[in-house]
Amino acid sequence: MLKDEDRIFQNLYNDSGADIESAKLRNDWNGTKEILEKGREWIINEVKSSELRGRGGAGFPTGLKWSFAPKEVGSRPHYLVINADESEPGTCKDRDILRFEPHKLIEGCLIASFAVNAHKCYIYIRGEYFNEGQKLQTAIDEAYKNNLIGKNALNSGWDLDIYIHYGAGAYICGEETALLESLEGKKGQPRLKPPFPALIGLYGCPTIINNVETVAAVPTILRRGAKWFSSLGRPKNTGTKIYCISGNVNNPCNVEEEMGIPLKELIETHAGGVVGGWDNLKAVIPGGSSMPMLPKEICDNMKMDFDACVENKTGLGTAGIVVINNDQDIIKCMARIARFYKHESCGQCTPCREGSGWMWRMLERMAAGEATPDEVDMLFDVTKQIEGHTICAFGEGSSWPVQGLIRHFKDEILERNKFDPLVKKQKNLPYLVDQHLLEKENA
Amino acid sequence: MSVKKIHKEQPETFKFNDKSMEAANKIVSNYPDGKQQSAVMALLYIAQRQNDNWIPLQAMKYIAKFLDMPYIKVYEVATFYSMYNLSPVGKYFFQVCTTTPCMLRGAYDLVKVCKNKISEKENVLSDDGKISWMEVECLGACVNAPMMQVNEDYYEDLNDKKLKEIIETIYQNKTPKPGSYSGRINAEPVNNRKTLLGNKNA
Repeated sequence: MLKDEDRIFQNLYNDSGADIESAKLRNDWNGTKEILEKGREWIINEVKSSELRGRGGAGFPTGLKWSFAPKEVGSRPHYLVINADESEPGTCKDRDILRFEPHKLIEGCLIASFAVNAHKCYIYIRGEYFNEGQKLQTAIDEAYKNNLIGKNALNSGWDLDIYIHYGAGAYICGEETALLESLEGKKGQPRLKPPFPALIGLYGCPTIINNVETVAAVPTILRRGAKWFSSLGRPKNTGTKIYCISGNVNNPCNVEEEMGIPLKELIETHAGGVVGGWDNLKAVIPGGSSMPMLPKEICDNMKMDFDACVENKTGLGTAGIVVINNDQDIIKCMARIARFYKHESCGQCTPCREGSGWMWRMLERMAAGEATPDEVDMLFDVTKQIEGHTICAFGEGSSWPVQGLIRHFKDEILERNKFDPLVKKQKNLPYLVDQHLLEKENA
Repeated sequence: MSVKKIHKEQPETFKFNDKSMEAANKIVSNYPDGKQQSAVMALLYIAQRQNDNWIPLQAMKYIAKFLDMPYIKVYEVATFYSMYNLSPVGKYFFQVCTTTPCMLRGAYDLVKVCKNKISEKENVLSDDGKISWMEVECLGACVNAPMMQVNEDYYEDLNDKKLKEIIETIYQNKTPKPGSYSGRINAEPVNNRKTLLGNKNA
């Protein structure tokens, strides 16, 4: 287990209050000016050598991302945008940072905006987190009052303004270019990439977009040194991470742990174990609903970091761990996730707009045992038609979990769906014939 | 699904009151000159709050003029995002999360209670007109599942019995206390905390 002193988010459970005095006791804002004085190059290199990877799901190296911002400010100003549109089912880590550790985030914003040459920072918070946003606003006001941000912040000569922008209940706005569209006052539909936001982002200006947890971790990393951070976990998967453990466990909770902690240890130590014991485990979704689920056999020895998850054909994502035990209907669980994606598809690309609905309806029928055995393969085909054929990663996010279900629980779906279609017997009744099945037989 | 049906009875006019106007001007000043369109989402909120939690068409027209943008662009935003109500909702607007992490812990028991105690169908007002409810997608409090949002507050760690109590409290003209209903603090593991104990006891 990680030592308490190595935890970045000391106030994860709000033991001591989120106000500025309490935050300063936790070492926030300690030596921030000295960090800025070391210069842009030093900050970016230190973040690079800490091997910090983005905590928002994709795991892109943060230092590298910052280095994409143009070195000199041209005719267009730079922007820093913080993605606090946390809506991935199973994930609720940013919420606790916003309400209990807001000063870590604000301090991180100052350092990051200095590193990428931005004088304006927008924090995009999902609309449902209204109270959390208010708490963050209180902290921002405190920071302005103490000259920690604003004009000539910390007497460092750097100006920074931070604004909160509330979303309004659209999951897709967590995708960075959709977030920018939304920030510009349009509906949140992702943009084609390239151009990447680092060159053409908000209002057509260079924009760096980071997750809340990533930015909030930066001040501590710079204070304690990249060496300390990279000594935790393993190469390319360094540091600590807030894991959200929900679902069928005895004590669902958020906990900050070292990267690469075994999944079993995480669930047994912190979440009080699976309801009904470890042997009652059916499957685990390791990284929020977009990541394929894993059956118990893999969970037994699985480590929780980016690369270990990829080796097992899933992903760490946001580290929102959803535990599903044997008392649940696994197909129904997946059907509900598919309904989520159907509801949240922005409708811009046809494969996603139509396919997400198809997947949901097919899974609902499979959960009820009303599908034909052939349809399992057809469902897999649908996921393949969506994956890679959309503008943004929502297509992958909605189809990968279905692929995960089929990969690991195909037998169970087939067991339940032995329904023999009328198609075979009554081919000449066109309204009873599923055209897809016919095509296959005639081929 | 969200309340996207445009209400039949629309007010003839809409204007920001002084409080809304002040808030709106402050929001617009957050964005660069000429980019006032960015404020449209916040202004729709302000209108919704001023108008008993729903947005009439006149408000969209008013905001379009306010921000110097086409009316249809405001309409587009208002219909795209799920948190804008285009028809009236209850004074207490229950949004029950039923996405998988909440479902695993009994969110559909809560839906059953809503059907029995509030109204059989979603988005229909209760008999006394105080409450309406709907199912929503993940609200981002999964370790406190099952949960729901009432207006701006989260009610966490619920079960059918506790939800019934909450509804009864509202029917008795009191506002129930938001937060966790299992007695735990925020997102810490109940009776099983093994981390940051020094802070807890400090």
